[in-house]
Amino acid sequence: MLGLTKRDAGLLAIVAALCIFAPFILNPFPEGSGMAQFNAGYPDLMQRLVIFGIFAIGFNILFGLTGYLSFGHAAFLGVGSYAAIWMMKLLTMNVIPAIIISVLVAGLFSLLVGYISLRRSGIYFSILTLAFAQMSYALAYSVLTPITGGETGLQPKYTDPRILDGALEGGATPQANLFGLSMKSSTELNIGDWVFTFNAGYYIAAFVMLIAFYLSIRIFRSPFGMMLRAVKSNQQRMNYTGLNSKPYTLAAFVISGMYAGLAGGLLVAMDTQVGAERMFWTASGEVVIMTILGGAGTLIGPVLGAGLIKYMENIVSKINKTVLEQWFAFMPDGIEDLLVTLVYPFVGKGWHLTLGLVFMLVVIFLPGGLVEGGSRVGNMFRRKKTDTDTPAGKTTPAE
Amino acid sequence: MDAIFLQILNGLDKGSAYALIALGLTLIFGTLGVVNFAHGALFMIGAFCAVTFSQILTLSHKATEPTGTDFLGNPKFDDIMYVHEWFGQSTGDWMIDWAVPLSILFTVPVMIAIGFIMERGLIKHFYNRPHADQILVTFGLAILLGELIKYFYGANPYPTPAPAAFAGSFDFGAMLGFDPNTIIYPYWRLIYFCFAAVVIGAVFAFLQFTTFGMVVRAGMADRETVGLLGINIDKRFTIMFGIAAAVTGMAGAMYAPINSPNYNMGMDFLVLSFVVVVVGGMGSLPGAVLAGFLLGIVESFASMGAVLEVIPGINQIIIYLVAIIILLTRPRGLLGRAGVMED
Amino acid sequence: MGILEVKNVNKRFGGLQALGNVNLSVAENTVHAIIGPNGAGKSTLLNCLVGKLIPDTGSVMFDGKSVLGRKPFEINQMGISRVFQTPEIFGDLSVMENMLIPCFAKRDGGFSMHAIGSVDTEKDVVEKAKKMLEDMKLYDKRDMHASSMSRGDKRRLEIAMCLSQEPRLLLLDEPTAGMARADTNNTIDLLKQIKEERDITICIIEHDMHVVFSLAERITVLAQGTPLVEDTPDKIKGHPKVKEAYLGETQEV
Repeated sequence: MLGLTKRDAGLLAIVAALCIFAPFILNPFPEGSGMAQFNAGYPDLMQRLVIFGIFAIGFNILFGLTGYLSFGHAAFLGVGSYAAIWMMKLLTMNVIPAIIISVLVAGLFSLLVGYISLRRSGIYFSILTLAFAQMSYALAYSVLTPITGGETGLQPKYTDPRILDGALEGGATPQANLFGLSMKSSTELNIGDWVFTFNAGYYIAAFVMLIAFYLSIRIFRSPFGMMLRAVKSNQQRMNYTGLNSKPYTLAAFVISGMYAGLAGGLLVAMDTQVGAERMFWTASGEVVIMTILGGAGTLIGPVLGAGLIKYMENIVSKINKTVLEQWFAFMPDGIEDLLVTLVYPFVGKGWHLTLGLVFMLVVIFLPGGLVEGGSRVGNMFRRKKTDTDTPAGKTTPAE
Repeated sequence: MDAIFLQILNGLDKGSAYALIALGLTLIFGTLGVVNFAHGALFMIGAFCAVTFSQILTLSHKATEPTGTDFLGNPKFDDIMYVHEWFGQSTGDWMIDWAVPLSILFTVPVMIAIGFIMERGLIKHFYNRPHADQILVTFGLAILLGELIKYFYGANPYPTPAPAAFAGSFDFGAMLGFDPNTIIYPYWRLIYFCFAAVVIGAVFAFLQFTTFGMVVRAGMADRETVGLLGINIDKRFTIMFGIAAAVTGMAGAMYAPINSPNYNMGMDFLVLSFVVVVVGGMGSLPGAVLAGFLLGIVESFASMGAVLEVIPGINQIIIYLVAIIILLTRPRGLLGRAGVMED
Repeated sequence: MGILEVKNVNKRFGGLQALGNVNLSVAENTVHAIIGPNGAGKSTLLNCLVGKLIPDTGSVMFDGKSVLGRKPFEINQMGISRVFQTPEIFGDLSVMENMLIPCFAKRDGGFSMHAIGSVDTEKDVVEKAKKMLEDMKLYDKRDMHASSMSRGDKRRLEIAMCLSQEPRLLLLDEPTAGMARADTNNTIDLLKQIKEERDITICIIEHDMHVVFSLAERITVLAQGTPLVEDTPDKIKGHPKVKEAYLGETQEV
């Protein structure tokens, strides 16, 4: 189906199903219950889940396949965002041109950065990309203020020219739309005590994510994808096999840069604003974390990682002291206090603390990420069932 | 002429900080072969050692005897600082005033301990893993340390003044024969530069003239061979990590009056100090120091009004530009050895 | 005119003259061995042939075209394949993928953006890779990680990868170094078989005299960066100069 093997088509179907039913899956708690605040099925968060999924899928094409660790990918996301917002200011609030231009501009920018950075490999490459990203951030934050809006960032305004759109009614704020369908328009479905929200913007973003995911499967299975894995495995052999590794890595870099630009454009399509902090290097670090946590070099890993990180961010930052006290209330007072004190730094505003810790634990104990963890657990069960040993070297990387 | 001299002076304090951090970073990379992204966090922790130390100095307890009555007629108990109680009023005040320089005594053991724990507990297990893994795990650690500091100290910067004697500025130019009032320089920046020079000198002397230093230098050149000689290089490298942490921590503590410590400063300095190491030459100690000062001065020249008029904002990106150019034209850096991480 | 012509090649590293006036001619469809004691410049010479090093002076012609200044991948595309001393294969990839990569390189050149079509749909390449694995008796191991194979199998795979590119010149850098006697003999048999079945020139750098004299049709002896003699194996065997070079019986040393 669609040029995929059965297994890959199954994978795509699972991701598609997850996307379609996300408003149900993420809203397990009935409205008005104490747990309702942990529902994650609201448009803003769901949009972020899939958009950062795109970002991570693209990053994985570079890092997962070629092993080149870029610390500057947030720059491409940021550039894509700025390009998109300018389309909205100058041309139209329709998201299509904005998204297309964001991919193109990010692609061009990553071509420039990649061309220079890829003249070095290993840690030098990481530092070069980091330097480029920091430079872009500094440029966006202060030097290029006329283009980027500096500290305050950019938003479409009533007074923007927008040559393709008709004049807005007096005082109306411009809304991002797809041929008139506003990104913010939502339908609510009430089943019993439960409320599910279906948001146009989310489904558009999810659709784009599915296309991005599908393309990444095709790239992984293609001769080109195999060459990228060859780059990671042994560049020496590659060069002595008549293959020029430079254009391969550059192509991977540009593709992943375009994915980042796409994510940036979609972010703007959803919330119609952009600021320089989107390009800060910790943002580049975040996509690294997502990819590793899910499993670098695997297909589904980055999607899982991005989803999990953004989901956990939402849940964990909502937990406060009162909630903790409720949870541990059944314990004796002393232990309750102790637990609350111990856990408290990691929740609420301490989300980044949890993130740093999780990240370290994954790199130390599970470098293959969740996917590897899953297949390890799977193997354990299988071994118990059939009681036959599979030779260690023969386990193929799970997808 | 005096304008140029002023810019060089202005570059020195930042350059000193870059040089010290890069020195620690290079020691770790050179000896252990580990790319430490948590190094900026060590600088930040050093700065917070100074904050903590001045907080410790001002710890107080309630007096046991009432010293009078408050306006409601209740007996009033004054806060009495331990330093006043233990060292007397005047010595105590002097200590509080001199908290930042004195905090070095506190910073060094704390940083060495942190260095030991980091190396034994984490870095040790990453010697044989790819550089990417080292970058990633220390990156995670950097986030963790930054957030821990944020949890305990909050997100706002802590103004940490220099001793009153060094608080102001002086006419450095007049002392050197320039026209009066052309070169006004804060005392503390000069102190910081001298301090950095002493620390750098001490580290080099230590590596040059002690047996320990000789083994470490040999290890930097060829780790395997030194290991084969039956020298317990691992133990020495642990100590080296502690020393690198201490150097970086001291740099942070003394920098506190120049730049009020906040939990994010580690990340800012990390990126810059990496750039410094790369420009100087990965694994070259003199290169790190040279590049540190050089980039500090280059940055200060780029911040001149005349330059900014021509190229606005160049001061924000000049260091990265220099780094990119150096990496592309001379990948081993200014003083790097040929073949070290050159590809 | 040989397929490979090396003329007056010099290469210095600082004060060390690694190669001094090397002249070498390898005739087409022969097995030519280059032997010499440690430090004789064998590896330097090899690196000059494949583009890893550029000689200071002199020329290296392959099939009438100069290889100097070309990158390793370009020289490979001209028809020179190299087998390394320690097998260089794609350790993280499966044996089948290891085989597919050179087949794609042969068909599509140094770079191609086949980014959408699946590998499995490229029937011609897949069939070729399968056949090569079968010929080399590696087909049973096609799904293994290449890094988990035995050393002998890795060597076999590396040679298979080189052959699948249908090179006109196969360079081997001490292909039996560190091998047990049985593996060494297998490798000799394999190379003999390759020579019989194909139109191919083989140039082999070797330490092991057993290997050299079992395979080579012509031998060049290299010492201190300069060719000492070049002749047939029978003549080389008793040559006094060769004994000198190997046993160090010269007056100068």
